[in-house]
Amino acid sequence: MQDALAKINISQKHRAVAGGTNLIDLMKYFITDAAELVDVNTIPQHHAIEELPDGGLRLGALTTNAETAYHPLVESRYPLLSKAILAGASAQIRNMATNGGNLMQRTRCYYFYDVNTPCNKRTPGSGCAAIGGYNRTMAIMGTSEHCIAVFPSDMCVALAALNAVVNIEGPDGDRQLPFADFHRLPGDTPHLDNNLKDGELISSIDLPAEGFPQHYSYLKLRDRNSYAFALVSVATAFELCDTGISKARIALGGVAHRPWRVTEAEVFLNGKDPVRVNFEAAADIILQGAVPFEHNAFKIELAKRAIVRNCMMALDPDTQLPGAQPSH
Amino acid sequence: MPPMEQQKLSGRPLVGQAISRLEGYEKVTGAARYSGEFNVKDLLYGYVINSTITKGKIISIDTSKAEAIPGVITVFHHGNRPSLAWFSMQYADMDAPPGTPFRPLQNGEVKYNGQPIALLVADSFETARYAATLVKVVYTTEEFQTDLIGNMAKARAPKGGLATFLKPPPPKPFGDFEKAFEAAPFKATGKFIHGTEHHNPMELFTTTTVYNGKGKLTIYDKTQGTVNCQLYVANVFGLHFKDVRVISPYVGGAFGSGLRPQHQLFFSVMAALELKRNVRVTLDRHQMFTFGHRPPTVQFTRFGATVDGKVTALNHEAIAETSRFEDYTEVVVNWAHMLYPAQNTLFKYNLVPLDVFSPLDMRAPGGSTGLHAIESTMDELAYQLKIDPLELRLINYAERDESTDRPYSSKELRKCYLQGAEQFGWNKRSPEPRSMRNGHKLVGYGMATGIWEAMQLPARAAASITTEGKLKVNSAVTDIGTGTLTVMSQIAADEMGLPLEDVSFTYGDSKMAFAPIQGGSFTISSVGSAVKAACNALKKKILKKAKTMDNSPFKSHKIDEVVFADRKMISIANPSVFISYSDIIAANDHKVIKSVNFAMPKALKLKKYSRAAHSASFVEVEVDEELGTINVTRAVTAVAAGKIINPKTAKSQILGGMVWSISKALREETISDHRFGKYMNMNIAEYHIPVHADIHDLDVIFVEEQDDIVNELGTKGVGEIGLAAMPSAIANAIYHATGKRINQFPIHFDQLL
Repeated sequence: MQDALAKINISQKHRAVAGGTNLIDLMKYFITDAAELVDVNTIPQHHAIEELPDGGLRLGALTTNAETAYHPLVESRYPLLSKAILAGASAQIRNMATNGGNLMQRTRCYYFYDVNTPCNKRTPGSGCAAIGGYNRTMAIMGTSEHCIAVFPSDMCVALAALNAVVNIEGPDGDRQLPFADFHRLPGDTPHLDNNLKDGELISSIDLPAEGFPQHYSYLKLRDRNSYAFALVSVATAFELCDTGISKARIALGGVAHRPWRVTEAEVFLNGKDPVRVNFEAAADIILQGAVPFEHNAFKIELAKRAIVRNCMMALDPDTQLPGAQPSH
Repeated sequence: MPPMEQQKLSGRPLVGQAISRLEGYEKVTGAARYSGEFNVKDLLYGYVINSTITKGKIISIDTSKAEAIPGVITVFHHGNRPSLAWFSMQYADMDAPPGTPFRPLQNGEVKYNGQPIALLVADSFETARYAATLVKVVYTTEEFQTDLIGNMAKARAPKGGLATFLKPPPPKPFGDFEKAFEAAPFKATGKFIHGTEHHNPMELFTTTTVYNGKGKLTIYDKTQGTVNCQLYVANVFGLHFKDVRVISPYVGGAFGSGLRPQHQLFFSVMAALELKRNVRVTLDRHQMFTFGHRPPTVQFTRFGATVDGKVTALNHEAIAETSRFEDYTEVVVNWAHMLYPAQNTLFKYNLVPLDVFSPLDMRAPGGSTGLHAIESTMDELAYQLKIDPLELRLINYAERDESTDRPYSSKELRKCYLQGAEQFGWNKRSPEPRSMRNGHKLVGYGMATGIWEAMQLPARAAASITTEGKLKVNSAVTDIGTGTLTVMSQIAADEMGLPLEDVSFTYGDSKMAFAPIQGGSFTISSVGSAVKAACNALKKKILKKAKTMDNSPFKSHKIDEVVFADRKMISIANPSVFISYSDIIAANDHKVIKSVNFAMPKALKLKKYSRAAHSASFVEVEVDEELGTINVTRAVTAVAAGKIINPKTAKSQILGGMVWSISKALREETISDHRFGKYMNMNIAEYHIPVHADIHDLDVIFVEEQDDIVNELGTKGVGEIGLAAMPSAIANAIYHATGKRINQFPIHFDQLL
């Protein structure tokens, strides 16, 4: 482990590779170059899924997405996470991709991937071609004049909803980041996706004890039924009691540079009846301040409807369909 | 185990039996070798360098950094390329539209984004690809236009030329359209927009050129025409035809993209000849977007009808993109009057030249485009008339082709309508839009008609009886995955009265008997007829030989007085008189008996008829009322395509067309950014084609159709017809489900919010 960390610390030209399902693509497109790849798969302690003393669960950074989604403890205690993972990529990719890598994947913005167009994320200062370009897939929340890219993960939308914590090891010691603080908004530094420092590695992700196994749903809306990134996705979890909703979590994917959560909406739902009109009001709170671009204005209305539908689905998780499609 | 032994074939004839494809075993086990898998010794690898600007000139190319990389052999570009006659003369391939074909490295001019401007050759693909990024190109840029919608005012008529033989211009007007349309009590109009599509076959375009010395080449190429590529290479590089052999035994899909020689062939051959080495050039997936594509189009329709639903006025106009250097055309607006016998018509087809590569035929070119507009306008008319859409088609059923005033050689479209509707359960449709549901989902039924011309081109085949008394047949034709090997073997086996295992059909090699490019759904009719002709010639030779035998019982027999069955030639008058093929070979001093024959379309007879395959598709969609998401839950396509040689491979063709229909209507689009003049989603992750989860119940019906005119076999071809009707049927079903008429393909679900 220390060897690996030391290597990565030498310079940014050394990059950690685990599943390689995004990094290798980026290298083939000459978007990311690396003098050397450091294979971190050999760190055994990062592979495990283990129970924590407080009733939570620790997901090793090197555990694959597939192992995580199908792990009995994840399936029984954090089914929202399992569903979200299985809504992403393909079986082949999930078999290779790791949990740490999922957090580290980069945007799928067309312009980021085309080295012959301007992109502030790829080449700081070169401009954002997406703002005036084909931006159907781009963000509506938290954008800046420098970048409107979205973070593509499904898994992270569930992790955000579940209040996960990211455990980090680095040359200056270990530290923890709440999930909400891990990914960044683009601001004027869109080349930075997250708050990991040079030389740091994700070692694991902690899930708190509260997993919402009774009332949860993940809904993913996209241009085909599998193997496409979300235009809008929603992770919803509820705790219900006799008097209504006692706890609510709603996180959106496909709309911003990071998983999007608005705690005001969740607070609003506390104590309310789990009915459509309240979900609509919560959706309005979440989408306040959404800014559309030429081709993605539909995302605002779509997100609103998706939030409402997914809240309804979360009340009866059996209505969920494979591929996180809308309920029948 | 070879597949033939596993197939229990129930007697004769083999034609008409659902025989599994004979090369399936090789394909699924990976034993089948494709053009990029012929691993000859001392192979070099070329990687194409593409322009990063859309229009302008190359000022300089600095290759020094690239050439410093170990393993790099050289970089070819316009400044150092060999001088070829091709660059100063006109040479066009078999499928070239009017204009001047694009010639890579001709000069420093850049005509489109992604244009191949150099070839880097190295000792490995990876080295070549990496070193290519170190080549520094300096350009001057010029203004460009790539946007069809923004340049529609520049539309003009296409140039004429040889291409109009297979792609006739719009039919002449009849009556007075404007007057009739004005007077029609019921009218439907539409504006239809289709985006660019790229073929994206699974197999990448690859050429492996083996340098045999002294200007002799063996070329393994991904193509739909081995002879087309042979002629192209010989002409472009000034080689003798016989010194150029093009081999393409397996093709991993092409869909039209292999109809013309693509630039990897040019580069591979050029480098092999210059370096006197074996050279492979593979285009990567990104580069699969740097040559032909289905052009974007804008179409306008205006149909008028009487109160009882008789269509009296038909107007269909299309504007399509082409390149600045060739006038690529499609048959988009010729179909409406073939289907509906209106007395007043007006059809127009114009082009807008833009700074893009020339478009290229892509499965059901023109037909799948035009029929969407025609059949969705008919659907709209049906709703206005409050007549069932199927009933409206029957009211306007064309017994003959009014556009050319000819009868059809055969036309069982009515059976397609009725059998398709029955199988689908069309009678369960409730007429009003938004009137059927299933939970959160709005349910819609839609139908549409398909048509595709049944063509035949001249082709040759060679047949011989081997020393073992077995049959060998060959043709240069490719098998692009359609089942060509299997159906040709079936035809030959029946002709000669042999079991399938005694027949060997070899193909995909330019040294074999001439075949045209494989496209347009004409291969079965062209090459199949040639196989039949070659077998017939062989039969005559067998009879002739038999007559020369001592005491031959066949001395007085004419060819129609014998049959060929059970590995024998048998006298019809006296079945106890026969001779086996092995005895004939023995009598021939144990030498092979050979024949080669041509099959030509019978032009004078065919001229009197319109020849077309027809289809009808019925589609059920479910649209989530709140979220707009669309699923094609069921579809039936009924096809009338003459004789079906092999119902299994033919069904696969139609199923493929139906999956593609879902792709065309709901998924597939090459996204352009006209500020940069380039495509933005040049990979399979972002260029969406359907996934398994998008495909639900698909059914195919082949209706009986006998055609004694179209060709010797009575076949019409099934490659395109599966994609003709269903895209429009999907759009019509979405209208029925939602009441929203979306005339832009692909339909995005958010348009239904």
